[in-house]
Amino acid sequence: MTLADGVRQGQQRAIARAISLVENDLPGREELIDRLYPSTGKAVVLGLTGPPGAGKSTLLDRLLSEERKAGRKAAVIAVDPSSPFTGGALLGDRLRMQSHALDPGVYIRSMASRGHLGGIAGATADAVKIFDAAGYDRVIVETLGVGQTEIEIAQLSDLVLLVLVPGLGDEIQALKAGIMEIGDIYVINKSDKDESARLRAEVDYVLSLANPTPERPVPPVVMVSALFDRGIDDLIDSIAGRLQRYAETGEIDRRRRLRLRRELRQQLQSKINDHIERKVEIDRQMDQWVERLISHQETPYALINRQIEWIFKEMDRS
Amino acid sequence: MERKIRILIAKPGLDGHDRGAKYIARALKDAGYEVIYTGIRQSPESIVRTALQEDVDFVGLSLLSGAHNELFPAVVDELQRQGAQDVVVFGGGVIPDSDIAYLRDKGVEAVFTPGTSISAVIDFIEANRERVVSR
Repeated sequence: MTLADGVRQGQQRAIARAISLVENDLPGREELIDRLYPSTGKAVVLGLTGPPGAGKSTLLDRLLSEERKAGRKAAVIAVDPSSPFTGGALLGDRLRMQSHALDPGVYIRSMASRGHLGGIAGATADAVKIFDAAGYDRVIVETLGVGQTEIEIAQLSDLVLLVLVPGLGDEIQALKAGIMEIGDIYVINKSDKDESARLRAEVDYVLSLANPTPERPVPPVVMVSALFDRGIDDLIDSIAGRLQRYAETGEIDRRRRLRLRRELRQQLQSKINDHIERKVEIDRQMDQWVERLISHQETPYALINRQIEWIFKEMDRS
Repeated sequence: MERKIRILIAKPGLDGHDRGAKYIARALKDAGYEVIYTGIRQSPESIVRTALQEDVDFVGLSLLSGAHNELFPAVVDELQRQGAQDVVVFGGGVIPDSDIAYLRDKGVEAVFTPGTSISAVIDFIEANRERVVSR
């Protein structure tokens, strides 16, 4: 039996191996994804993002309980940062979700970002496909704690939950651009804290500045306390309502097309890049180019344009 | 790119003292490994299920309660039952020297007692790198 067969049958170890394969970009990665692709497209992909310490993992623990009550199988991909210095990572998100460790309908996988910017890992999109093909109804991707620009989750998900908490001071101002624009549902966690009402008012104000469209109306704001298990019902209702609306307006299809377009472009660019690097051994040339620039024998754009002409000629010859 | 080594650090049983486990998790992260930490009071079954889902190469068990002779081998046995005997198990904590031979015999491949330097743990992992990477 192949690895792809094991994944499609939902075998735990096959799924684990498959994700490691794509994560380490080992031989067989492309074949595996191509074999699984026909079985994908059924799972709903939820993104869960927000600043560090917002309580994303604790909230996710509660959401998992609700998914299970509704009879859905759920997979979690929890991304944490890799150290840019050592490459190591401490993956601690599942600490808050271990109550689901023995549930056969829940699969939790931690992923290190491995230098990928954007709040997720380079292999997260493939891992989503693996869970989708393995028959999970919901795939929930938890980003690492994000700041202003880690918005790649929006390109990967059918629906994004942006989790905010009181006590971050004026941070919401800073969050206005970028991340504040990607939430389909705004979740204010730690609603037990006094300052949560003020945060709510600020969020409402920021959202009132947005331009809603029929496809993408003003996002709901939901107050929850994951720790005290409050407001989770409201959140579940909001998720269901939004998903239904997006399905009706064609928003989900639009996002999936956009996602495919982006993935194709990325793959195309990286493959073309690899091909050129291999053909003309750019790394070997690079030293000479740097020398010519540092000694001011040449100017940067003149050099690069001349080299590009040369690269295309080389490619034509081969 | 070199294949990343993944290590699960887990605390079986009922003792809630996780300073040692957290220390080792951090130190291994600083040494460049991907470390999954699950917190205290895990059953051998949940540790093994976590190890399988996370596709780890090593499971490091930390225990200070004295139940290591039962719980460490229970994890090794459960891994075996799940067909994951290729995962390398090591342990640490307050473990009398007289128990170490027994634990090794039960499949716990290394036991690190208080005062062990972190480099001994890293040496152990590196000595097994080839084996786990080729599995």
